[in-house]
Amino acid sequence: MTQLALVIDLNVCVGCHACVTSCKEWNTSGWAGPMVDQDPYGASPTGTFFNRVQTFEVGTFPNTETVHFPKSCLHCEEPPCVPVCPTGASYKREDNGVVLVDYDKCIGCKYCSWACPYGAREVDAEQKVMKKCTLCIDRITDAKLSERDRKPACVLACPAGARLFGDVHDPDSEVSVAIREHGGYQLMPEWGTKPSNHYLPRQKARMHIDPDELTRVDNPLRKEDLTSYTGEETLDDVAW
Amino acid sequence: MHPAFSVILLTTLIGAGQGLYLAMVTGQLYAIARFLPLQKDQFYALGSLVALVMLVAGLGASFFHLGRPERAWRAASKWKTSWLSREVIALPLVMFLVFAYALAHLMEWTEPLFRVGQSLDVDVTLLLGLLGTLASFALYVCTAMIYAGVKFLEEWHTPLTVTNFIFFGAASGFMLAAAYSAYVGNPLVTFFGTWAAILTLVALVSRVAHLARNARIKHKSTIQTAIGVRHTVLTQRAQGATGGSFNTREFFHGRSDRTLGLVRALYLILVFPVPILLIGAAYVTESSTLPILAFAVQFLGLLLERWSFFAEARHPQNLYYQSVA
Repeated sequence: MTQLALVIDLNVCVGCHACVTSCKEWNTSGWAGPMVDQDPYGASPTGTFFNRVQTFEVGTFPNTETVHFPKSCLHCEEPPCVPVCPTGASYKREDNGVVLVDYDKCIGCKYCSWACPYGAREVDAEQKVMKKCTLCIDRITDAKLSERDRKPACVLACPAGARLFGDVHDPDSEVSVAIREHGGYQLMPEWGTKPSNHYLPRQKARMHIDPDELTRVDNPLRKEDLTSYTGEETLDDVAW
Repeated sequence: MHPAFSVILLTTLIGAGQGLYLAMVTGQLYAIARFLPLQKDQFYALGSLVALVMLVAGLGASFFHLGRPERAWRAASKWKTSWLSREVIALPLVMFLVFAYALAHLMEWTEPLFRVGQSLDVDVTLLLGLLGTLASFALYVCTAMIYAGVKFLEEWHTPLTVTNFIFFGAASGFMLAAAYSAYVGNPLVTFFGTWAAILTLVALVSRVAHLARNARIKHKSTIQTAIGVRHTVLTQRAQGATGGSFNTREFFHGRSDRTLGLVRALYLILVFPVPILLIGAAYVTESSTLPILAFAVQFLGLLLERWSFFAEARHPQNLYYQSVA
């Protein structure tokens, strides 16, 4: 079984929102589009987005750090939004585990958005159907694209390389190795939704340097010699 | 949660409609058992038609909740997993049985079909009444389980949500039956009024228990589990959208805690003591307008109660939108 998913490295994300804009650009002009924009140049712009970057501050000033937190559908292995859908418009693809909405069947009742603890679904104000991240299903399943391009738009756009994409069920995939070796975790594990997307935690880069590494005890080129001599034999007298 | 007026109307209208229908069937059962005088068929028929009007009005209100109402028929397909789908099946079924019950009385199809035991003559109206009663209870459960079945909304995820819906619906329905009897000058007003007062008191117990449970609720999710950072101090600095989004509109009621408290106090007065006092006063004064007033006050209170029910529920996704909450 394949389960495609994203792995997002919070240690790398710089909060530039490139994934947000590339997602909107690709999807508004593709299979999932258009994605409405309301009042885009006014005081209170709003619209449909599959991906957002939020920012959190950890700790109290001055001991704070900033966490940029990209947030999109997690493509749960036990998606709670699917069984509640009265029409069957919401479904999980058998072949690759991507959770999708059939826009031709959705009645826009919003019930699935209630049944998602992550707030990953939203109603498109224009088309009046539920929309959410598709993992760029029209890109990743397009055999005409080269292997390199067969990835979600957000992954290709990320300038820092904070987003990995792959099969989390394949233990040797890049994403599985990253989860395994860098402490990848799931959001709100308490609900048993088994999100497929994982996040890699913030890690402080710390380096321990011994004084020995800065100053060699027996450095022959050392000029500084603080010993005060009073005529006794020194190392220079016995060595040649 | 954001209280949608369409859903508030749907749940209160069909609740009262089913209750009125149950009151009509109860009246007929009491008459069969000779606890009450048998009424003319028109009485049951007209009452059931009023119930049908309420059910149709509720169904009409529900369409305003849908983005694509023209596709509503599709909603019946996933009844195996979705309570919403089950409601979509149960509601027309109840409407059909209520209509058939009214029609059977109107056409006076009261020839006994068969006899059970010594003296119980079973006719079409009784059979339809029993089937309709079962369907009505099924509909109450379906409607309530739409809310009680979502485990993420912990304020709703309790059997008390189901008992609330049943008893609020039955109480307002019996209250409406009393108002209807008073309006047409039928002596059953006392019978329906008494049951309405009893059901209102049972609903009070259920709702107060629900309020007490929710006052002590401990939510499973925290901001720490939401973003996976283990620190006691986590402050949101940006929500990712300038002018809000679906997430900030659908899951927040946008009112102050004071308003919430005010609405709660108001519905606790309007739903419970006032209608009971009005029904009591109607019994003493034999007034034909007070029961109608009692129903109107209680229904207004129930609209506020349902608003409050939505507003009280805190969705875990709100953790990602801290500055709205």
